[in-house]
Amino acid sequence: MSTITLRHNRIELALHELRPATGAGHPLLLLHGLGERTPATVPIDAESWSGAIWGHDFTGHGESTLPVGGGYSAEVLLGDVDAAINHLGTVTLIGRGLGGYIALLAAGARADAVHGAIITDGPGLTGGTYESSVPQVVRLKNQGETPDPYALHELSRDVRAADYALDFVQFSTANSELSEPINVSATYRPAWLEAVAAAPGVASLPISDALDLYR
Amino acid sequence: MTPHRHYRVDADGVGIAVNEWGNENDPVLALVHGGADFSRTFDVFAPLLAAAGWRVVAWDHRGHGDSDHAHLYSFEADLRDAVRVLDTVAPQRPIAVVGHSKGGAIMTSLAEAQPFRFRSFVNLDGIPYRRPGPDLPEYQRADAMNTEITAWLEHRRRTATGSRKPGTIEELARRRAQMNPRLSKEWLEYLVTVGAREDADGWRWKLDPSMRMGGFGPWRPEFGLFRLAGLGVPFLGVLVGADEPMGWGTKPHQVEKWMPRHGRLEFFEDIGHFIHIEQPEMVAEMALDFLGDPS
Repeated sequence: MSTITLRHNRIELALHELRPATGAGHPLLLLHGLGERTPATVPIDAESWSGAIWGHDFTGHGESTLPVGGGYSAEVLLGDVDAAINHLGTVTLIGRGLGGYIALLAAGARADAVHGAIITDGPGLTGGTYESSVPQVVRLKNQGETPDPYALHELSRDVRAADYALDFVQFSTANSELSEPINVSATYRPAWLEAVAAAPGVASLPISDALDLYR
Repeated sequence: MTPHRHYRVDADGVGIAVNEWGNENDPVLALVHGGADFSRTFDVFAPLLAAAGWRVVAWDHRGHGDSDHAHLYSFEADLRDAVRVLDTVAPQRPIAVVGHSKGGAIMTSLAEAQPFRFRSFVNLDGIPYRRPGPDLPEYQRADAMNTEITAWLEHRRRTATGSRKPGTIEELARRRAQMNPRLSKEWLEYLVTVGAREDADGWRWKLDPSMRMGGFGPWRPEFGLFRLAGLGVPFLGVLVGADEPMGWGTKPHQVEKWMPRHGRLEFFEDIGHFIHIEQPEMVAEMALDFLGDPS
């Protein structure tokens, strides 16, 4: 696995190439779940992909910068994906948990560069409630290593409103060349994901079929 | 007036700059600035409060004024930074609070999360109602949001390497006048001298260039409004009638239903969002009257 460093605002992002292309096609970008990092080897589910396989460690995770004093949002992680897209060009996204939600945001925000986004089960899929809850003012001890406890705290309780998620579905379907640019492979579906799965332009294929669709 | 004391508080590694006016032994009044502002914008207003017997404590939010530029910014992070400052000046003790704009919204959240810190609360045009911007039909709203997301991502690509544009005091004041159209040229030029730094090639606002007005997200401004109803602390809300780019444009009829029991709402039709700068004496008198005797 080779790693390069990208810059997203003040964050240095570790972008890993898990496997060079074995055939034709654009890259697959893996988005890990909350508290995870990019795996060292190609996940079994992605074995069939013939383009290059990449993954970046989100802000505060893996080999990416450990920020000082928290302040996370899903939108900041969308900026992480945007930095990777800026480097790799057109990609297909497959995200675990929180990474699945971020894949949805990226599919909407960069519909021209995201050739399909696959949402799968994983840590951080649920998020917080529809409306924001009582604000929590916590003080967490940072051990100087990733994953950042503030990332785990803040990104496990961010607002996940169905109407907000559906805006990104709409941006994606309106601007993508694919008829079904989003695929929900997750078994567990919190309210925001139920709404996404039921929207026009969203498929619910198993991971292997979705990868075939987007290759 | 230059603050009487200046020091820094460590907020989980982010250095927060604090300014104080008044006698150190007087009861604490936290004075909280809004988005893109900084504590020295209180150089006229704060001394009026301090003169009545309050120890006025104001800090620069992360990325603003003399505080550190952080890796990340969020409303909840601002809330945590505020608590670090309050723990330094008044640990676990109820204090008076005056918050302007986003500073009012932050302290409204804190009054819900940690009501024990509040003795009384004056919110100066800091009651969110809707996102600033025109009311649009659904398809245009979605387009506007998509455009905003793209602009935000492009901005973040640029800030990986960018810095603020330098200029003369007059140029920086002119730029700020776009956000503060009702404030005088003299005042805005004064703000440059306390809110910007002079480099070899000119003045630059200290505000972190990665911060950007507008933005998007799942958080709706109304969340803050709905919470008002539950506040138990004595509450004075102040709204203004003159529309400005930095204001939420919240009107009294939108807020009345959500007012805390026994809360008070004042409306000033012909004044703008920076009411404490437009009319410092009047606002100070109103706030002091509401807050009561400091001791």
